[in-house]
Parts: sequence; C-alpha cells; structure tokens
Amino acid sequence: MFYGIDLPGRLMLGTAQYPSPAILRDAIAASGAGVITVSLRREGQGGGAFRQILRDSGCRILPNTAGCHTAREAITTAHMARELFGTDWIKLEVIGHADTLQPDPFALVEAARVLCAEGFRVFPYTTEDLIVGERLLEAGCRVLMPWGAPIGSGQGLRHVEALRTMRAHFPEVPLVIDAGIGAPSQAMAAMEMGFDAVLLNTAVARALDPVEMARAFGQAVSAGRLAYRAGLMPRRDMAVASTPVFGQAVLA
Amino acid sequence: MQIDLNGTPVVTRATTLAALITEQGFDAASVATALDGQFVPRQARAATSLHPGARIEVLAPMQGG
Repeated sequence: MFYGIDLPGRLMLGTAQYPSPAILRDAIAASGAGVITVSLRREGQGGGAFRQILRDSGCRILPNTAGCHTAREAITTAHMARELFGTDWIKLEVIGHADTLQPDPFALVEAARVLCAEGFRVFPYTTEDLIVGERLLEAGCRVLMPWGAPIGSGQGLRHVEALRTMRAHFPEVPLVIDAGIGAPSQAMAAMEMGFDAVLLNTAVARALDPVEMARAFGQAVSAGRLAYRAGLMPRRDMAVASTPVFGQAVLA
Repeated sequence: MQIDLNGTPVVTRATTLAALITEQGFDAASVATALDGQFVPRQARAATSLHPGARIEVLAPMQGG
C-alpha cells in the first residue's frame, strides 16, 4: 500500500529516453506498471502527444523533481507538478552531486518536511542510510525509495547487505528500489528481498527492444514478489540430499 | 518591458502573468508557472504583475524517470 493505494502492478516505470512515443506507449502496456513517472520541463513542441499517452496508460502518475539541487527548487517544482498533473504524489529528488546523482539527504529531509506538511504524498529518492530514513519518516513520508545504484548506471543493487538491513529495519514501511537497475534479474532480487516495488527507466528505454524488455521486467517483478510471499528456503553451507535415502538399493 | 521567459530574454507588452501566457501562445490550461522561483497558481496569474527583469518559468508535462 502506497499512501493507502493498492497498486495493480509493483513495477514503476519511467517515461524518458524511449525511441518514439509509440514505443513508450507499448512499453508501458507490456510492463504492467502500476505507476509511471513524469517530469516538468520548459514548454516546447509535441507535448500534446505525450499528455495523451499519459491519459491512455491508465497508470497512476508520479511526477518527479529531477534536476533539482536545492530544497527550494524541489518544493517549487512539486507545487507546479501538483497543479499540472492533479496529484499530490511527488517523487522527491534533491540531487547532491552532479556526477553520481546521489541524493542530498539534508536538503531532501528539509524539502520532505515542508511538502508533507502541505499535504503532499512524498516518495523520497534516498540512500540506504537508516538515520536518513528515520528522519524522512519523522518528516511525514510514508514510503522510502532507496537507490539501487546511481541513476542510469545499470549496476543493480550495489549495497545488497545494506538494503537487506534497511528492509529489516523498516518492516512496516513500503520500500521501493529506485534507480540503478539494469537487468530483470536485479529487479527480481530486490523483490525477493521483500522490497515493495521497483522503479526504473533506462534499462527499459535503452534496451534494443524496449517493449519486450518492459514485459521481461514486469514478469521479473511479479515473480520476485511471488517468491518473497512464498518464503524462500534458508541458505545452507553444505549439501542436503533431496531424494530420500530410505529404500535405496545396495548395488555396490 | 523586458523579462526572462524560460531562460530567454523576451520583450513583452503584457503586464500580468496571465496576459503573458496568452501573448506568447501557451495553452494556459496545460502549463504551470513560476515567477522569480515561486510557484504561481493558475487562478493567481491574472492578479500577478510582471516587472522588468522578471524570471518566468512556463513548464509542461515531459518524459521523466
């Protein structure tokens, strides 16, 4: 549940960098995504077709504050997004470093506090740092979105053990792996670990066939969720025969 | 007066934000606006005066991750 909403699909898909609007539309449909992310940029030409794709998708819209480097910029962007998209959901990004696109946790908490107080449903793009997570919850966030790896890097879950700790530390909080996912297997691993959703863009948009890759990610996320709910067997150091020993013939 | 519209210097006859949006051919219902870094809600545009050097941002839905 994300702010009281039960999503039909646990993949959240970005809408940038696709080869064409038609491929974007087909990729959204093939992915089974429950949420698609969008941005706000200076008005140019061709916006009408994109708006139509958003309407036709049937997905919940999650506007982002991508590119903002200060709390003030992110807050103003959130205000503009709320009016334009008619939603109080906001993917809050406050970037701290231009090369790594790492979140600035201090400005993030500051912006989250202001926006939550104004009634926004904030989805903060954060690191796996537990104390930052706690501060975001204190600020009013009811979802946390730790990064898997730097945005667009395709490195997968760079800090698997830290993410596992985060999952255990916030058992009741919806957690979304946001950014850095490069392959369906990585998304599936995140879901098997008990994360509630995965948000990605580049891995689908930059695939040779984005529509088929969107489908692959959708299936991986579903399979990973199923596996988590079914309960994975514990890992063992030694072999344990699966075929019964009882009744085995003596042939030696 | 000269203002800055989406990062470009523009000479306008408009005196309000609403008039500027119309003058520049934007679809008023499909954009969000900010003046000097502060959000200006749609219903406040008509009452928002421009000043020389005002920094206006007119934003629209775009692709994003």
